[in-house]
Amino acid sequence: MFVLKLVYKNAFRHRLRTLLTLAGLAIAVLAFGLLRTVVDAWYAGAAAASGTRLITRNAISLATFLPLHYESRMRGVEGVTRVVRSNWFGGIYQEPKNFFPQFAVSDNYFELYPEFIVPPAELGAWMRDRKGCIVGRSLAEQYGFKVGDVLPIRGTIYPGTWEFVVRGIFDGADSTKITRQMVFHWDYLNETLRKSAPRRADAVGLFIVGIDNIDNAAAVATGIDGLFSNSLAETLTETEQAFQLGFVAMSDQIVAAIRIVSYVVILIILAVMANTMAMSARERTAEYATLKALGYGPLFLALLIVGESLFICALGGALGVAATVPTALAFKKMVSIFPVFAVSRDTLWAQAACAGAVALAAAIVPATRAARVRIVEGLRAIG
Amino acid sequence: MAVPLSYVARNLWTRRLTTALTAGGLALVVFVFATVLMLDAGLKQTLVSTGEYDNVVAIRKGSETEIQSGVTRLQAAVIETHPAVALGADGKPLVSKELIVLISLRKIGAQKPSNVIIRGTSATGFELRPQVKLAAGRLFAPGSAEIIAGGAIARGFEGTRIGEKLHFAGRDWQVVGSFDAGASGFDSEIWGDVETLLQAFRRTAFSSVAFRLASSERFDGLRADIDGDPRLTNEVKRERLFYSDQSRALSTFITVLGLTLTTVFSIGAMLGAMITMYAAVANRVTEIGTLRALGFRRAAVLGAFLAEAMLLGLGGGLAGLACASLMQFASFSTTNFQTFADLAFRFALTPAIVAKTIAFALAMGLVGGFLPAVRAARLEIVDALRAS
Repeated sequence: MFVLKLVYKNAFRHRLRTLLTLAGLAIAVLAFGLLRTVVDAWYAGAAAASGTRLITRNAISLATFLPLHYESRMRGVEGVTRVVRSNWFGGIYQEPKNFFPQFAVSDNYFELYPEFIVPPAELGAWMRDRKGCIVGRSLAEQYGFKVGDVLPIRGTIYPGTWEFVVRGIFDGADSTKITRQMVFHWDYLNETLRKSAPRRADAVGLFIVGIDNIDNAAAVATGIDGLFSNSLAETLTETEQAFQLGFVAMSDQIVAAIRIVSYVVILIILAVMANTMAMSARERTAEYATLKALGYGPLFLALLIVGESLFICALGGALGVAATVPTALAFKKMVSIFPVFAVSRDTLWAQAACAGAVALAAAIVPATRAARVRIVEGLRAIG
Repeated sequence: MAVPLSYVARNLWTRRLTTALTAGGLALVVFVFATVLMLDAGLKQTLVSTGEYDNVVAIRKGSETEIQSGVTRLQAAVIETHPAVALGADGKPLVSKELIVLISLRKIGAQKPSNVIIRGTSATGFELRPQVKLAAGRLFAPGSAEIIAGGAIARGFEGTRIGEKLHFAGRDWQVVGSFDAGASGFDSEIWGDVETLLQAFRRTAFSSVAFRLASSERFDGLRADIDGDPRLTNEVKRERLFYSDQSRALSTFITVLGLTLTTVFSIGAMLGAMITMYAAVANRVTEIGTLRALGFRRAAVLGAFLAEAMLLGLGGGLAGLACASLMQFASFSTTNFQTFADLAFRFALTPAIVAKTIAFALAMGLVGGFLPAVRAARLEIVDALRAS
């Protein structure tokens, strides 16, 4: 108990210094947590992927299409339950900064995505309206879309301004599902193309394939790619997760940079904390000598310093961790580039671990110095 | 009279450990700050040097990038015969009708493929871009399945060195040369013969048409003609503007992310500087009293402590800048969100960035040292001299 009291008193002897250090710690721990959440957000698509879905695309690249007639041949592959067409529309709503994904999908899309919940009445209304579209909840909230609204979207890949009528709003089954997107009828896209640019019609961006058993994924993928090998449009089939990770890999150097920077902030705060501890310990050299003269061992002195460092870091770390979730929510409201921005439990633990590591690392040098101080020299020292 | 600078510097030297730790914290922030600016500058340099000012690119109206665009042969022919198009030495128009396709290639050492631009072009394509020079091997022969790779591709991607083969669009393509396009975006591309590539990819339309203007001021007239021609659904842009527009989203992303980070980090480092300076003041109360008794005014004491804080900032700034300048030897490659293709660029250190970085470091020192310096200046002589 005596040690704890001494630690507490020492920690708040220089109140201003301790408060400044606490503030620095809290900010650093908060920044570290947010950066980790940014990296997590990058992987959101892969995390939300289902193991029972495969993606088949043109082996050349995503920007090259597949012929429509592949669909019926793919359905014949053992293990395939559903095949959904999907084309990236890439349109602009009002201005380029209002970016959100739009997909032209075949009508059976929601059968393959049970995690997107559409009220049956709205789904029915969408089926009956060729120009209808369904938007995700977070997209609808961001722009205030309501059922019945008409969305004019300027095409970049498909020329012209396209009008879609909002017929429904879908919700995610849980918070990790990406609902910042819009889907509309593939047939609407295709029929329009048949009239305006017939050579570009009947082309599918990618097929999403539902399979009956997660263990069959590899066999089904090989089966599909085997059907079209040596054809004009060879296919590449992979699990939805592998497909999404491919997107992450395209910007992996940015992800790596964010990761490195999240450790830099820990180093910055380590420098601040080590400085605080070094200054405090140097000023108290005479006291440590006195304690030694009274008969306390070097271990006790080391414990005193490590305890103080741990105490300050625990307080600062706790402040930072507590602020992380509210800040992430506010950030999500302000900046809408990430469809999912949720702080994971692992992140909170990592923040706590970092605060602990900083506490120990910052205390090492002052603690060994204090433990080694010689009584006579220590008593002579001036702050 | 001002307090001599040597007094200020010696104070920092006496407390070496504390000075080093504080300056180290500042240096890390400065490093992040400078690196972000260098990355953005490198990206801008790359995309600006991709375009020639007097070159014009025509794409389909509304398609922001070449990859989304399509220009039919008829439209290309109409544009080619416009009087504003310059003629070459052989009397033929300086026009390159080009095809742009993305293919998936694996980066050396990476698990997942990235998208790379294949540009179908012709001899005129080289004439239009004087910054593109053949570095090794030879040019692709027209009508053959031969390709040449840009420097960043040859260094970073598998199967793109001379003598190797790439398989796409149902056939093997022999790499017969590599070109150096300086620090431009073309360095991240593979070039081949446009007609062969059109055949291989079963395309009937070009992606874009690039040409040289006969004279610079004819651009506006050309644009009016193209907008007004009912046969054309195209828009024209100066090549330089066209490519720098394509980096806007990535550039904004890097700048916003980087500056948000440095702002947050700098708060931490400034708190560190403040702690150090408060301690410096508290330890030297008697000294400050002596200085005042010797006749130095409050302003001089304030100046001395501010100078000390700024010196600390300068030390951190120089150390951070030195580390950041090493980043010039590294290159960065990532997918450009707008073109969906891989783009390699360098960290570029410009004089403006050096100035900004040093100013930023000094400002951090100044802000961190201001309150402690005010406290020092406000001490009363008698109290200060009495303090033990």
